[in-house]
Amino acid sequence: MANPQDKKNAAQGGFIYLPLIAGWLVPGAGHFLLRKWGRGALLSVSILAMFSIGIAMQGKLYAGAHDILDMLGLAGDLGNGLLYVVSRAAGWGADQITVTNGDYGTRFIVVAGLLNVIAAVDAHNLRTGRKS
Amino acid sequence: MFHPSHFAAVVLFALFASVVFGITQRDTPRRMTRYGIYCFVLFVGAAIVLSWLMFLIAR
Repeated sequence: MANPQDKKNAAQGGFIYLPLIAGWLVPGAGHFLLRKWGRGALLSVSILAMFSIGIAMQGKLYAGAHDILDMLGLAGDLGNGLLYVVSRAAGWGADQITVTNGDYGTRFIVVAGLLNVIAAVDAHNLRTGRKS
Repeated sequence: MFHPSHFAAVVLFALFASVVFGITQRDTPRRMTRYGIYCFVLFVGAAIVLSWLMFLIAR
């Protein structure tokens, strides 16, 4: 059952895809735009922590797609939005996996991107009134 | 650099994934919390069960 705030979100004008795009670029931003402060903060902290831990574990940031697995990894990494762009620009993350933890770190980074996409789609559903 | 044990990595992974699953897959705070805990237990429980299975198979 949608509450008045959700109906207001669904009825308000403006670009309907803004929460989706903002949520993809910055984790939790889509929910913040819809004034879902608690949910946005938890999503933001979870995704940022997962990404940061992945980098700290010397995880690999996929830069190109040489085979199908690289392509899937790159798609997952791109889900992190600006985090991926900033990290690539700053030279964070490993180019090659040299330690066991680096392999775990790579998965952390990819999954953080996938979770961020789920969170952005959730913000879009809140915006359209599909979810309360 | 951060070098957690395998189990610590599993717990961290399960914690963050469960928070996101709970918030995005349910509507009310109470149901979000319950679903988040459910996912966390399944993540960690599955890792422990599979680890024991692999240990027993490898013997």
